[in-house]
Amino acid sequence: MSDLRLAWRKGLNVVMLTLTGVAAFAVVAVLFLILGYLIWNGGKSLNWDFFTKLPKPVGETGGGMANAIVGSLKLLFLAAVIGLPVGLMAGVYLAEFGGKTFSFVTRYTTDLLNGVPSIVMGIFAYALVVLPVKHFSTVAGGVALAIMVVPVTVRSTEEFLRAVPASMREGSMALGASKWRTIARVVIPAASGGIITGMLLALARVAGETAPLLFTAFSNRYWSEGWSQPIASLPVMIYTYAIAPYEDWHRQAWAAGLVLLALVLLANLGCRLVLNRRGNYRSV
Amino acid sequence: MATSATAMDRAAPPESGLRAFVHRWRNGDEVAHVITLVFAAGILLITSLLVYELWINSSLSRSKFGLMFFWTRVWDPVAGDFGALPFIYGTLVTSVVALVIAVPLGLAAAIFLAELAPRTLSDAIAFLIDLLAAVPSVIYGLLGIFIVVPLMRRVIGPALKSTLGFLPVFKGPNYGVGFLTAGIVLAIMVVPFIISVSREVLLTVPREQREAALGIGATRWEATWQVVVPWARTGIMGSVFLALARALGETMAVTMVIGNDPKIVTSLFAPGYTIAAVIANEFTEATGNLYLNALIELGLVLFLMTFILNGLARLLIVATERGGGHPA
Repeated sequence: MSDLRLAWRKGLNVVMLTLTGVAAFAVVAVLFLILGYLIWNGGKSLNWDFFTKLPKPVGETGGGMANAIVGSLKLLFLAAVIGLPVGLMAGVYLAEFGGKTFSFVTRYTTDLLNGVPSIVMGIFAYALVVLPVKHFSTVAGGVALAIMVVPVTVRSTEEFLRAVPASMREGSMALGASKWRTIARVVIPAASGGIITGMLLALARVAGETAPLLFTAFSNRYWSEGWSQPIASLPVMIYTYAIAPYEDWHRQAWAAGLVLLALVLLANLGCRLVLNRRGNYRSV
Repeated sequence: MATSATAMDRAAPPESGLRAFVHRWRNGDEVAHVITLVFAAGILLITSLLVYELWINSSLSRSKFGLMFFWTRVWDPVAGDFGALPFIYGTLVTSVVALVIAVPLGLAAAIFLAELAPRTLSDAIAFLIDLLAAVPSVIYGLLGIFIVVPLMRRVIGPALKSTLGFLPVFKGPNYGVGFLTAGIVLAIMVVPFIISVSREVLLTVPREQREAALGIGATRWEATWQVVVPWARTGIMGSVFLALARALGETMAVTMVIGNDPKIVTSLFAPGYTIAAVIANEFTEATGNLYLNALIELGLVLFLMTFILNGLARLLIVATERGGGHPA
């Protein structure tokens, strides 16, 4: 009887442990499946026109997404210019100045802001920017993405500043530097590599966002000049092309998907390799 | 972790009075303090403004429908009748389906990474899984439309019908798009979060816990399942809540495979609709203020759901990591 029980326990041990391994590799397999499928389908459809031409009118085949590529870059530029400084300064406050209660509340709010669904951020930017001027614009899309950049930047900046050893600060203060000088000339430079990679990760994340752009930046089948017109972006183009009933549009959606994924994953890969070498970084 | 502030306070006891303040102001410390404080307060301001805008811009719908908004099944833009129930239902059903698939899978993978795999392999796989979490949701939608939907129509749907077809949730015509398809795509999207957080939490369980269990004759699995996992229970719950919050708010991938039909039906094969999907689809074509207000109120509902879940999740994760003897 006890032999049987022992055999059962040992058997269960092997079966369950094997299952956990299968689960882990199944999830990793999904990543490679996604990559493989996109490279296969996207690679077939990707050509020079994709990068250089405007979309053709509905019904005609061919054309490209040059305007959407430039559009995505313009939106990211706005997100970086508006969102990164806010995130950086708030991160400096939390790491270097913050009092206990206020810091806790700010940190907590930052995490919650980070978890707000992107579509809700779209509504927010719509109410802030689109409603007052009554039309979709590049600026509105940029604002939506900028708000999403802030919480990620705050948290990574704070984390890397905290990782700078206290002895460096004390050394600087002992030489007579003021606190602000210490932060600006010693602490931030020491953490700059981490802070910059953290910022790039934040931008890589919003680069793939679609939902907040649908009713802020909207879309555009032509070049968008200046900052006050609706503008096309790669993610929104993928969405509209994928749900459209045209074979040629599906082909281009795959190509756009490959380009977007390549950009996002390469940025992530590079940043994470740098960060992993520097030690503990938590992405979630 | 010793914070810099306490070290500095000890090093330089503050002078008293106005002169000290002027002195610090001159050398820039106070200016820097105030400027960074303004940006930190900006985050609180953004969040408050977000709630305010959602609240103000949904006033028409809130005053017209009141609480019945949550209990009405009609969504008729032409007649100006708006009820949120089908969307709330769709959001909950797809998220629950996603969790039913993702939690066992994610927990198992996390156990493998934290307990079994050698550290290098574990780190390498965790790295790949972080990359998976970085894939944009519109790409999951693209793959959903062209891989999962046909697979559902030809393989998964028929297989479920022939084995579990007696259950009411697996009855009815199978279109390929619907609650189950959306749930599957969502599961793939949230599984990296469950793995990543659960693995971290499991790694904080003290080694003595495992050793004690193994020392009294438990098998590896028993030590893991009966000792380590219960120890990390709250943190794992936290990871599940995080995943749930993400699933509730996910827009693009779901919009592309759910079928976009505001109905409440038991069959998981049937097309449905979620809060995020209806906002994405109808926001730009909403004619009239009431319609727009109703959509924004849906956004408010979604915001509150995820806000509460995220708040709980963060508390749980912090609690376990503190309990595990690790400073948060």
